[in-house]
Parts: sequence; structure tokens; C-alpha cells
Amino acid sequence: MSEVTMLNNAEKIKMTARDVKVFYGDNQAIHGIDMDIVENEVIAFIGPSGCGKSTFLRCLNRMNDTIDICRVSGEIALDGYNIYDPALDVVQLRAQVGMVFQKPNPFPKSIYDNIAYGPKLHGLASKKSDLDDIVESSLRRAGLWEEVKDRLHQPGTGLSGGQQQRLCIARTIAVSPEVILMDEPCSALDPIATSIIEELIDELKQNFTIVIVTHNMQQAARVSDRTAFFHLGNLIEIGGTNDVFTNPKQKKTEDYITGRYG
Amino acid sequence: MNNLSLIFVLLIFMAIAYQFGMTRSRRMAGGQNSASMHSRPHHYGMMVGLWAVLPPFLLLLLWNWLAPGVLQTLTLATVPAELLTDSEQAAVLMRRISNLANNFGVVAEAADWEVAAASYLSALQQKSALMLTALMFILASLGLLLSFKKIQPSLRARHQVEKALMAVLLLCSTVAILTTVGIVLSMVGETLKFFSFISPADFFFGTTWNPRFSTVGLAEGSLTGSQGSFGLLPLLAGTLLVALIAMLVAIPLGLMVAIYLAEYAPQRVRNTVKPIIEVLAGIPTIVYGFFALVTVGPFFAEFGQSIGMTIRATSALTAGVVMGIMIIPFISSLSDDILTQVPKSLRDGSLGLGATKSETIRQVVLPAALPGIVGAVLLAVSRAIGETMIVVLAAGNSPSLTANPFEAVSTVTVTIVNQLTGDNDFASPQSLVAFALGLTLFAITLLLNIVALVIVRKYREQYE
Repeated sequence: MSEVTMLNNAEKIKMTARDVKVFYGDNQAIHGIDMDIVENEVIAFIGPSGCGKSTFLRCLNRMNDTIDICRVSGEIALDGYNIYDPALDVVQLRAQVGMVFQKPNPFPKSIYDNIAYGPKLHGLASKKSDLDDIVESSLRRAGLWEEVKDRLHQPGTGLSGGQQQRLCIARTIAVSPEVILMDEPCSALDPIATSIIEELIDELKQNFTIVIVTHNMQQAARVSDRTAFFHLGNLIEIGGTNDVFTNPKQKKTEDYITGRYG
Repeated sequence: MNNLSLIFVLLIFMAIAYQFGMTRSRRMAGGQNSASMHSRPHHYGMMVGLWAVLPPFLLLLLWNWLAPGVLQTLTLATVPAELLTDSEQAAVLMRRISNLANNFGVVAEAADWEVAAASYLSALQQKSALMLTALMFILASLGLLLSFKKIQPSLRARHQVEKALMAVLLLCSTVAILTTVGIVLSMVGETLKFFSFISPADFFFGTTWNPRFSTVGLAEGSLTGSQGSFGLLPLLAGTLLVALIAMLVAIPLGLMVAIYLAEYAPQRVRNTVKPIIEVLAGIPTIVYGFFALVTVGPFFAEFGQSIGMTIRATSALTAGVVMGIMIIPFISSLSDDILTQVPKSLRDGSLGLGATKSETIRQVVLPAALPGIVGAVLLAVSRAIGETMIVVLAAGNSPSLTANPFEAVSTVTVTIVNQLTGDNDFASPQSLVAFALGLTLFAITLLLNIVALVIVRKYREQYE
């Protein structure tokens, strides 16, 4: 693919996808996608509804496994290792590739327990004080610490929508993943909460590779380094965000981002 | 016409009135001035139907409530006055007369004045029925006509219909509440009578249950001694012991069934297994009783023998285990519904953090479903406490204060059955105690339900 050649040699490729096809029962949702995701970049997936961008995103940490009728073929590798290898432990994979969902979904637990949930599962903290540190640093990095530090033991569901989503991001950070997948993380939030999350994404880029699916093209333009345009289960175009938005190579991409359809 | 056919005719009348109202409003809307009607045609139809039927129906109710009294007074006025010494006498007479009037026949030869009164009553009854029918017809026609005339584009028929509907719904819920109140009141009366024999302290804190079945020969001096002792505690202990054993069986089994069905079972298995388990709830409890008596009890007894323990065939254990089996579907079915209602997003969130399926279920799904599960469990507990037939057959019916599950016990419900069956004077404390027991049982289950509600509400506020 052409996008590989565009990359600097200094940049390290984090994930690769080769000829990925996804079937829901007899329906083919994705028709063979090749893609490379670079370390510490923000890559945005855009495209009309039903184009397969969320489905592809969920392939990257095998969340599609939870859907009975879903079948994935092709190869997806993380640091060169095929994540669909039967020998791979999906629990480990999901610790490395975390996910933030469309609707904020805090657990019906306290704020503290929401963050501590992942680290406890993976045995990241042996002492209570270690756990406290992880909770604090995760909340700080998600920009939520100042707002919730006095009510860590109140239910996470009592926060506002934007706070809940940042709580979910903090929860994901707490297990120190390498890649964070975000599935339309702002679609349920108001503009102010959205801009806070966008700033957060910009900061998180230092430490994580971020893949974000969005319906909002301005958002893609604001937060991402590269943009991939999906249409009907095909990857139409992928490239630097500026190039894709100002100088799309494909007619379909141009039609979509100028609002002619979609 | 009798009441049933009157109601049937009213329903037909309503259908006709509905058609009238609908047709008229349609015509009005479709005319050349084509006024825009406030409500949809079926609202007008419904309004006319209600106006035509509700007033005569209310009259019917009122008539059925008042007419018998009026007829009785009129009839009794013809009876020789010297026979009507008191109201009980009058009631007996009246029953004879009305049996005669309706050709049911009476014991012994009917006296002349009785026959006369009966024919008078029967004539009155016919007149009353005729009057009722005529009045209802007039009311129905008036209602139909007036409301039919009132149909105009500006008439807010929808509001009237909605209000009438609300009133009907309100009436239905009132009936349910009033029934509960009625049940409680009827028990309170009898209970107070019981407490005039036995002091509440002796009842609630007494540790011996021995209601001697003889009210004859009240010994001088020791009044309570001759009446036996009515201590609630042995019965309550038995009830709680059996319920506890039942819950020990039902909660783990039921919950695991629910978790398997909701989380692990493929759709096809779930669709087959769930109804089969629910069949357990439909088995008559007397059949469970047989099962306990014939199969489970002897099995426990033999098992006890083989390990050198004395386990009675009819014991708290037998009754509790079988009751637990009966209750499994209550817990499993309700919990399964509650578990499947936990949003998928929560599961995804947990799985996305690298939790396994069982970790997700234990740490996210179950806590989220907890309030509902607690509700289901408490519902099952009240069912267990109120259960009668299994314990009648399998608990051994021995009202002794014991915590040993291998002993025979008796429960509140069993005792109510014992006290109310057989030849008993309904004014004796031996029978009246059943009402005190019933009221106590009712209070316990009510308390349980309230606790369940409070728990559910508290968690809901916290987690949603």
C-alpha cells in the first residue's frame, strides 16, 4: 500500500493488518483491508454509517469475539505477532490494546474501583498503596483527578457524561496499554466535554498509539495525524490528515468530506 | 332479565353506540364545510358508547346493592310480627321465604303465611327486574341520544375518553388495594377476639405450643392452663428453619442456573431449558409433598442410618430441601431476566480491559444485577414462608422448639391448617388462634417485601 512508503523510516509500525475480512453470518462486512498503524500516532477512521470502520476497530483487540456469528479472516499483528494466533491469550491482548466505547460505560462501582478494576485483574499492584498510585496517576492523565479526588468512593455512574467518558479513558490507561481504541468516544457528549476529550487525546499521544473512529470530520481533522476513509467495507483512502482533507486522491473521499453524501 | 343478560345487552348496545358516534363524526368531518374535528372518529364513538353504557351500568350496580334490602323489608312486613323476635330469626325466615320464592324447596312443610310471603316476594322480584330493565333502557337511550347530539368539531371527545379510561384503571387498582385492606381487617377482628382469651405476650413469646382440643370444663382458677398454651415461637422457629434450608438449596442452585442460562447457554439451549425449569413452578405443591414423603424423606433417613445419624424421614430437612427445589425456578427465572437486562456495554467495558468472562460476570454483571436478584430472593423467601402443603406432609408436624434440621418441626402454616380443620367451635381460642397466626405470617411477608423494596430502591439510586 502506498501509505507505507509515506512513513518516515524512523517511525515504528505498531500494528499491521493484511487482507482482513469480516463476516457476520453470511454478510461480508469488510472486504479485505490492509493497513499499518504507527506507534504514537493518532489515526482516525471516518466514513458513512455501516462502512465497517467500527467493525474493523473491534478486530484490533478481538472484541468481535464476543459476537457469536462474527468471523474474521486475514492477519492482524501487534508488534509483528499475529493476534489471531490460537496460542495467543486474548486477555493479554486486551491489556495491551485497550478500548473506549461510544457510550460512557462506567461499572456500577465507585470511581476508585472503576480504575482499580483492570490493575487488580492483571495483578499490576501488589500493595494497596501501589493501587492508590495507579488510580491517582490514571485519573491525572485523564484530566479527571482534580474533579473527583474528594469523592473517589462515590459511584462512577454519578458523574456527568463527559466525566464518565474520561473515567472510562482513565480506566483504560490504568492497565498501561500500548494502543487505545476509541469508538466514537464523543458522540454522546456535548461540545465542551468533547473539546476536553480532544485535548486529552492530544496529550495521550505521547505515550499511546490511538485509533479513533469518528463521525465528526472536524474532529478527525483536529485530533488525528492520519485519516483513513472507509466505504462499504473497503478502505478507500488513507494518508496524512491534511492531505486527505485538503487534497483527497479518491473521488469518493472528496464527495464524502465535502458532504455530497454520507 | 337477569344481571348477566343485562350486561350482555349493554355490551351490544355499546358497540352500536360506538358505531353511531363514529359514523356521525366521520360524516361531520367529511361534509362540504369539512370542519376539522378535535378528536379522531373512534374517540367520538367511544365517548358515545361510554355515555350510553356507563350510567345504566352504575344503576345496575346500585340496584343490586340496594334492592335486596328493600325487597326484604317489604316482604317481612307481611310476616306475622310475633315471629320476628330478633334479626337472626328474621334472617332465617327470609332465607326460607326466598328459597320458596325461587322454587329451591325448604326443609319441613311450608306454613301458609310463608307461601303467601314467598309469592309476594317473587312478584316483587319480577317487578324489580322489569323496572330495572326499563330504567336502564331509558338511561342508555338518553345517554346515547344526548352525547350523539353533542358531537361537534369543537367537542373534546378524546379528553373525555381518556379521563374515563383513567377512572376505570383507578377503580381497578382501588379494588386490589381494598381487597388487601379487607383481608387484613377481617383477620384483625378475629385476632382481637383471640387476644381476649390469651394475652399477646403469651402468644408472641410463649415457647410451648399445645392447644388442647377441649373447651369443655374450664377448670376453676387456671383458665389458661385448661385452654392449652399458644406459644408462637416453636412454630416461627420451624417456619424459619424450613425456609432457611429451602433458601440454602434454592439460592445457589437457582443463581447458577440463571448465570448459565443468561451468560453461557447458546440461544437454542436457553429457549429449551428455561421453560422446562419453569415447569417446576407449575407443579402443584401437594405433588411436591408426595415426592418429599415417599422419596426424599426415606432417602435421607436411610442415608442418615448408613452414616450412623438419626435423621427422621419427615423433618425440617426433608421439607426444606423439597421446598428449595420448588423455589428454584422463582430465583432462576427472575434472575435470568435481570442478568440479561444488564447492558452489553458494561460487559464490553470489562472484556475490553482484559477481564475473562467469569471475572466479568462475578465483578461487573452480578453486582449490577444485585438489587434485582435480592428482590427475586426475597420474593422466594416470602413464598417459602407461606408455603403450606409440602410442610404439612413432610415436616413431621411436631411443634417443638429446635434448631436441629433432622428433627420433625411444625410451621405456622401447618398449624393454621390443623386448627381450622376438623370439628371445632369457631369461637374457641383453638380456632381463633389461626387468625392470629395468619396475621403474623402476613406481617412477616409484608415486612420482607418492604425490606426488598427498600434494598432495591437504594441500590438503584446508587447505580443508575
